[in-house]
Amino acid sequence: MALVALGLTIVFGLLGFVNFAHGAIFTAGAYGGWVVYTKTDSFVLGIIAALATTFVLGIVIERLLIRSYYNRPPEDQILVTFGLAIVIVETIRAIFTGQTQMFNTPAWGNGVINVAGIFYPQYRLEVIGVVAVTLLAIYLLIYKTKIGLIVRAGIDDPLVVNLLGINVRRTFMFVFAMGAALAGLAGVFDSPLLAVNPDMGTDVLVQSFVVIVIGGVGSFGGAIVGGLIAGEIISLATAFIPDYSQALLYVAMALVLILRPQGLFGVVGRS
Amino acid sequence: MADSRRSFLTASLGAASALAASGLPFPRISLGADDTLFVGLLCDQTGSYSADGEDLQKGYELAIEELNAGTGVMGKVLGGKKGVLGKKIVYKIADTQTKPDPAVQRATEFITQDKATMFTGGVSTAEVIAMEKTAQANKVLFMTGASGSNDTTGKDCQRYAFRSQCDAYMVSKALAPVLAAKLGKKRRAVYLVPDYSYGHSLADSMKEFTEKEGWTTVAQVVAPFPTSDYSSYLTNIANANADTFVNIEFGNDGVSSTKQAAQFGVLKKMQLVVPNISTYFADGVGADIMAGVYGTLPWSFRLQDRYPMAKLFVENFTKKFGIRPRWTAQIAYDQIAIWADACYRAKSIASADVIKVLEEGHPIELSLGKVSYRAGDHQLVRPVPIVLGKKPEAMQGKDDFFEILEVVPGESVMQPLNLTGCTLPPV
Repeated sequence: MALVALGLTIVFGLLGFVNFAHGAIFTAGAYGGWVVYTKTDSFVLGIIAALATTFVLGIVIERLLIRSYYNRPPEDQILVTFGLAIVIVETIRAIFTGQTQMFNTPAWGNGVINVAGIFYPQYRLEVIGVVAVTLLAIYLLIYKTKIGLIVRAGIDDPLVVNLLGINVRRTFMFVFAMGAALAGLAGVFDSPLLAVNPDMGTDVLVQSFVVIVIGGVGSFGGAIVGGLIAGEIISLATAFIPDYSQALLYVAMALVLILRPQGLFGVVGRS
Repeated sequence: MADSRRSFLTASLGAASALAASGLPFPRISLGADDTLFVGLLCDQTGSYSADGEDLQKGYELAIEELNAGTGVMGKVLGGKKGVLGKKIVYKIADTQTKPDPAVQRATEFITQDKATMFTGGVSTAEVIAMEKTAQANKVLFMTGASGSNDTTGKDCQRYAFRSQCDAYMVSKALAPVLAAKLGKKRRAVYLVPDYSYGHSLADSMKEFTEKEGWTTVAQVVAPFPTSDYSSYLTNIANANADTFVNIEFGNDGVSSTKQAAQFGVLKKMQLVVPNISTYFADGVGADIMAGVYGTLPWSFRLQDRYPMAKLFVENFTKKFGIRPRWTAQIAYDQIAIWADACYRAKSIASADVIKVLEEGHPIELSLGKVSYRAGDHQLVRPVPIVLGKKPEAMQGKDDFFEILEVVPGESVMQPLNLTGCTLPPV
């Protein structure tokens, strides 16, 4: 969940772009991974395939479509990416049919670990580890490297950065593709948990928007904390009042919007 | 980018409601001339039950093709007559998105704009019950798609709606004695239940009949519909001190919850029972998990060994689509056949006349043997196949997941009419 939300918030926060096709890219990642995983029986190759598929997909749609929409109002961005999502999902359906595909847990994820008396699947713990490493890597990339510096500078003042002889367009393309690849990564890691079919990304999109609203739009830490809070709310509510677990998530979102409209980690008046 | 967070939120909200409202109908041939009859098909092309909806749609397509040509099972049932009372059937397919609102919207368009003689479809009980009400309000016959809740022909029953799938009561009454015979009478069961009519209805019936056999229900965990992450629900299930896990979840939710249950080690500790196995459930979870699982399937291609019509249906379906039919396709096909047969008997296509004939309960031989509708609640009197998941090495073909243990006759498991809670409104 944090991965999906992070990809979304990177694109929105850094590029100021609302991407409603994020759920569809998540699905594309899952299918890219599934094709290679079932052919080669190697989950690692599946992960690489998912990353490659969605990174390339990100580059292609950024170049052909998204680029013209950066300076248009969010309504336009939502409409165009919403349409794009339909195209991606229906293309997947046309190629692979709507049938649910079998996506096994990789052998190294089979097993249950006893953590202080509570049984927890090994696979989920491993995924948490992967997510933590990925988040750290992205953080370092954006805040500690030259590329990150260019990205952040390019967002603040594209004109000046351009005048300095740096290709801002290419940087933006890279950021968008990275956001897409994060969705793809989440897609392939979620596949052993979910029913793999063309509509698998729909709920993911809605929930990641909730995560972003709770955490604060465009905030790196916000996406992570928002994801954790959303997860906690659902788990705790399920344990005590299961009937209201999903409703409570939206109650939490409403409370955040009322008490701190910019989100927990958002900055007031950020444009 | 000069827009505030507020405008982002407003716009997101707008897009979300656009998402909810978009219907995306897929128009097909519509001749509209006097020598044709229009039938509206409502299939779940997107949403949680879209795979089942795809199979349903194939069933309708084959049924109408063979009805117009006078071939296949249709040809046998109707003595080779083509179409219905000399009229060719034309149709449109609309996507219900596995949601009641779009389903009702599309059904209403079929009735008002296309002047549908009859409409049929739906895979979720929530959609089907909503469309039953549409049928009653507009006085147009509705032959339901897949719907397993007792309410469909119980408290929500309608004069203008007929349901062919076995209901939760039939499934449970047929399955419980087999479970007790195979697994023993001293089992402790925990339930995972999707939070809507179908889920509660099937869970309640299963509890009633397994408890009669001596089982104990130790816990019931309710999850919203739909859900994708079951971890918190499964933690409760894993800690429930049960030896049997009864999974009521259906469609994608059934697949996700079962895959995750395997990861949580629940399936190692507990025997899995899936009372109503959805169309592509086994494909999604795989044969390794499926092996040794007990449940019922409304229909399986394996029934071709018992019923000649099933054999013919499987042959022609496989010829047309290159894959074997699942049970949603069988429901689709048979509902069209039952309707066409009733039109011929009534010598009319008017819904009121057709309903009268259907209520007379003429047995008709289809891919589940002889079946007929019960007048009191419009439930099809039909057998319930009890199945056991095969070991991967015993499978013949990649869709041959199940061995049929028993076919329980419909008459013996029908819910007594006075208990259904059904009062049919007048014609």
